[in-house]
Amino acid sequence: MSILHDDDYILAPDRRPLSALYSRNARAVIERGFRVIKSQNWVVLVSGFFEPVFYLLSMGIGLGRLVGSVQGPSGAPISYAAYIAPALLAVSAMNGAIYDSTWNIFFKMHFGKLYQSMLYTSLGPFDIAVGEIFMALFRGFLYALGFTGVMAVMGLIATPWALLLVPAAVTVAFGFASFGMAITSYMKTFQQMDVITFVMLPMFLFSATFYPLSVYPEPVQWVVEALPLWHGVELMREISTGAFSVLTLVHLLYYLVMILVGLAFTTRRLRALFLR
Amino acid sequence: MVTSVRAAQPVITARNLVKAYGDVNAVDGISFDVPAGESFGLLGPNGAGKSTTMRMIGGVSQRTSGQLDIMGLDPELQGPEVRAHLGVVPQQDNLDEELRVRDNLIIYGRYFGLSRSYLAQRADELLEFAQLEDKAKARVDSLSGGMKRRLTIARSLINDPKILLLDEPTTGLDPQARHVLWDRLFRLKERGVTLVLTTHYMDEAEQLCDRLIVVDKGQIMAEGSPAELIRKHSSREVLEVRFGTDRNAAAADQLDGTGDRIEVLPDRVLVYSENGEESLEVIRARGLRPMTSLVRRASLEDVFLRLTGRSLID
Ligand SMILES: Nc1ncnc2c1ncn2[C@@H]1O[C@H](COP(=O)(O)OP(=O)(O)OP(=O)(O)O)[C@@H](O)[C@H]1O
Ligand SMILES: [Mg+2]
Repeated sequence: MSILHDDDYILAPDRRPLSALYSRNARAVIERGFRVIKSQNWVVLVSGFFEPVFYLLSMGIGLGRLVGSVQGPSGAPISYAAYIAPALLAVSAMNGAIYDSTWNIFFKMHFGKLYQSMLYTSLGPFDIAVGEIFMALFRGFLYALGFTGVMAVMGLIATPWALLLVPAAVTVAFGFASFGMAITSYMKTFQQMDVITFVMLPMFLFSATFYPLSVYPEPVQWVVEALPLWHGVELMREISTGAFSVLTLVHLLYYLVMILVGLAFTTRRLRALFLR
Repeated sequence: MVTSVRAAQPVITARNLVKAYGDVNAVDGISFDVPAGESFGLLGPNGAGKSTTMRMIGGVSQRTSGQLDIMGLDPELQGPEVRAHLGVVPQQDNLDEELRVRDNLIIYGRYFGLSRSYLAQRADELLEFAQLEDKAKARVDSLSGGMKRRLTIARSLINDPKILLLDEPTTGLDPQARHVLWDRLFRLKERGVTLVLTTHYMDEAEQLCDRLIVVDKGQIMAEGSPAELIRKHSSREVLEVRFGTDRNAAAADQLDGTGDRIEVLPDRVLVYSENGEESLEVIRARGLRPMTSLVRRASLEDVFLRLTGRSLID
């Protein structure tokens, strides 16, 4: 180790964009995430996977007895379980992403000291946001893989296109995660955090998850069609049966815009989120 | 050519720093310069604003107003670049509880973008410094409080910082560990590393700080080297007398004129005087019989008491 001279104390400014918030080292945050997963009890990791599986078993098999078969996206009849399974995958992608980007971030920010310690290094809030979103998506990827496997075992998959369910679930998760962090930056108390649940639950129940949109009067249909989850549900349903149309592109475009707007929004809110 | 008398360039320049929480100014217009290689201390009672100032230097707390320049950059606009050369020991340990002891060092180094091979070697060296070699694979929550502190301190050195910010670094350390740290800090200082530290231990401040500021309620009360501050704000000697808890205050009324200044504490009375023994004789001549008496040299603690009206360790 050499002796420091006065010249060593003159730093050159970093003039690249976002240099106040970003050190281009999100991979270090990701590396930490994987190291934690490796040393974690795998039961913790796997627990999040079961929620949609339980829904699928109880509703798909239980309710499915009563309902029989329903009309699928292509117009051909499919079993009720096959009808709701892709929707449940979309819901689980949404829930996981929202949980990770809101509650998890909020908790770590206010009670854990992880981000404080990261922010004392050359990492910036943008590195942390990118790293945390990546880890959330990785977990979403694992769950989607598992759930698609369960669908296959239950005989709910009839086309090789269904393999695309996994990247589609990650896309849906990305859309929600990119918004979640920005919203968390406005939250100061646990009571405010509860508002998130209050918004999510009806979206879950009413986004044509368990029955087709056509049961609603037309004005209500418009509202539901504007919601992100509906686009996720429809996207998954179309993929699971291989019944693609122009609408498939619309759904994808919806998420692309959601991801971009969400990331821009989150980036604007990074100071409010991490540097108080 | 470098001449030894040349005044070093300030590496930290703070001008009218203000940090408001609601309508309270935790830091209320603080200005100071820290030249390269100096060891600079912040003293002050609880809630004075020391940690808040440290966080603003680290760029993790946004200032409400004022200017701050660290090595030529504003830490708010160039946070990552500035912090790449900073080592930080926060007041409260913020170790990564989900990682093992050695991984805490390695991953922290990765946050600075340092290579794995460099870190493998550096981590072992720092574990040795922290005397935690045999805990390398232990979980963080299995460490004792002092061990966690040592790990936090070791971690702050992983990136070979030019400026080290230490917020009450030795709180919770046993005397041996404290001396190991002091020794390390002296060696860093010899290498030209700039130290900024807060402490509630006056012996530590006298040992480690070239210069310090005394802060109270977010404002600077005094500034100077420990010796200067003692000369300026205290007499040369201090006579400590005890009359018993209930009688100290009453006896103090009769001590007028025995020294330059009298300070009544709950358990004792301090008489500030150029010559403590002489003052004691005057007191005895007045017919007062203290239970115990002690003459000592004035210390930073006396300066602190004078300036803030509070003892350091409340
Ligand atoms: N996040 C915060 N929100 C609101 N007030 C705060 C916050 N952090 C600090 N304060 C207030 O700012 C003031 C200064 O706090 P600070 O932690 O800087 O004191 P300190 O000098 O480090 O004290 P100590 O010796 O106890 O560590 C205190 O009045 C404290 O209550
Ligand atoms: Mg403090």
